[in-house]
Amino acid sequence: MFLLLPFDSLIVNLLGISLTVLFTLLLVFIIVPAIFGVSFGIRKLYMKTLLKIFAWATLRMERGAKEKNHQLYKPYTNGIIAKDPTSLEEEIKEIRRSGSSKVLDNTPEFELSDIFYFCRKGMETIMDDEVTKRFSAEELESWNLLSRTNYNFQYISLRLTVLWGLGVLIRYCFLLPLRIALAFTGISLLVVGTTLVGYLPNGRFKEFLSKHVHLMCYRICVRALTAIITYHDRKNRPRNGGLCVANHTSPIDVIILASDGYYAMVGQVHGGLMGVIQRAMVKACPHVWFERSEVKDRHLVAKRLTEHVQDKSKLPILIFPEGTCINNTSVMMFKKGSFEIGATVYPVAIKYDPQFGDAFWNSSKYGMVTYLLRMMTSWAIVCSVWYLPPMTREKDEDAVQFANRVKSAIARQGGLVDLLWDGGLKREKVKDTFKEEQQKLYSKMIVGNHEDRSRS
Amino acid sequence: MGARSSHAAVIPDADGIRRETGFSQASLLRLHHRFRALDGNNKGYLSRTDLQQIGALAVNPLGDRIIDSFFPDGNQRVDFSGFVRILAHFRPVEEEDPAMRDPKQPEPLNSRMNKLRFAFQLYDLDRDGKISRHEMLQVLRLMVGVQVTEEQLESIADRTVQEADEDGDGAVSFLEFTKSLEKMNVEQKMSIRILK
Repeated sequence: MFLLLPFDSLIVNLLGISLTVLFTLLLVFIIVPAIFGVSFGIRKLYMKTLLKIFAWATLRMERGAKEKNHQLYKPYTNGIIAKDPTSLEEEIKEIRRSGSSKVLDNTPEFELSDIFYFCRKGMETIMDDEVTKRFSAEELESWNLLSRTNYNFQYISLRLTVLWGLGVLIRYCFLLPLRIALAFTGISLLVVGTTLVGYLPNGRFKEFLSKHVHLMCYRICVRALTAIITYHDRKNRPRNGGLCVANHTSPIDVIILASDGYYAMVGQVHGGLMGVIQRAMVKACPHVWFERSEVKDRHLVAKRLTEHVQDKSKLPILIFPEGTCINNTSVMMFKKGSFEIGATVYPVAIKYDPQFGDAFWNSSKYGMVTYLLRMMTSWAIVCSVWYLPPMTREKDEDAVQFANRVKSAIARQGGLVDLLWDGGLKREKVKDTFKEEQQKLYSKMIVGNHEDRSRS
Repeated sequence: MGARSSHAAVIPDADGIRRETGFSQASLLRLHHRFRALDGNNKGYLSRTDLQQIGALAVNPLGDRIIDSFFPDGNQRVDFSGFVRILAHFRPVEEEDPAMRDPKQPEPLNSRMNKLRFAFQLYDLDRDGKISRHEMLQVLRLMVGVQVTEEQLESIADRTVQEADEDGDGAVSFLEFTKSLEKMNVEQKMSIRILK
């Protein structure tokens, strides 16, 4: 018993000292710069070091694979099959031309071989389609020392395993507690700060304080995720009375954008911690929160948004028109609701670099807490944000065309694939109207435009 | 959490599948990855709903027929070997001298005959070896939806069966089918190349 006592106090002392050191580090290197919006450049250095280590790791794995005369499995994000981008008409004509010796004129008719087109197209989609792969995390070409992204387990040498183990230690025992402490600080400061600001009378001072409280807390949260963000074209940042539109990959998008600008948020009222945060935030400045029942009523939503943007003193609204999280390799259909209200749209493109940590939230696989844990045990979240020049709806454009125009601009800037498919396909089946289009195209080929009756 | 590796040890009976289908190891890995991506709840097999989720397949007029081809004999599940066996029909044909092929080996799944047989089965729903006029009508109806009237479709079906039918039994047998398509470059039109 007596032997344990001095040992005990030694442990307690050590614990006390390390905690103090941790908190001093936190304060000096992270929170204080966050308050003033400056940066020491520690994160950039960290990123460079990591890249070098990853390149080395992949080299070792390739060497290991070569020794066994195998090839490393490298995932292809752009599809695993060779495709020809031809139209239905061209393809079927090709097929008919190759099959018959008759001179091909344009009389509509049916050939037994026509079925080959639909058959092959169908098989191609089974092997590889544009949509299914957008709802799971993007695959990396080189390994980043996280077990969750490894596809070539059997080629890892002892040295790599040791390195990986070291990585696990650093991530879970050093980075994770640090990040959790920061997140806790950030969120509590947000709640407390906005509630306090809410007690002030409305005016310039309140606005000023509110803006800075919001920015400061988001910056702390950014550091809680070790997010390394590069902003481009900040002169195009959204202004009051506008709508900020961005592609959606995860809830973290909000933190990333809001740490560089002061926005009004739109969303459903949640319960629990989220609800507490929402209620506190709305005391300091007007956000647009909807009750669950109101969300279904599109007219009500449109009305409230319109009222908000028409008031020039109110902040730009931050909105994600895809409606669901996509894995950041493509942009899916934008819901036209936000494009109907007639405000100036400020498009923003967000592209994450999955090498350091994949930010995509696969909501069918992970709940929010698991997701946050995964984020906080990755190396870092690295992304680029581009502020695109503002766009307005032109006279001869309807909401859908406008939405598609904005979507293409965002896809082009972010280097993402521009898809017409609806992100809702994650959970629902596709509408039959698309099938009818195909059927229409094909009918023209076999009966023409109701002109040619077939000869007997 | 945890890794989703697709190395050969995870694929059951990889060697057997490779021999039967002729896919390379790399292609098999990619297809296995795809199989697991389609298998939403990690069941280890695919059901009809898994395939129906593919948006681009659901808009294909023959989508349901194609899905049916994966579930022969009333099965409701298809495992990886069944999956790959069907896809093997679409493997590009390699240039090889037919005389060199060992006659004792069964015909490769991606031979011209087997590709044609696959297409034939899309028409021949009741698997009686003949495409009747009724079956022809059904497939035509799938491909055009509501865009064409019943009379137009019937005359098209009649004409097609008449043109292909040689022995006058009012239906198209597999032999007659292959004969009417003998000039068709089936090898190319029914092939999908998997990137290395």
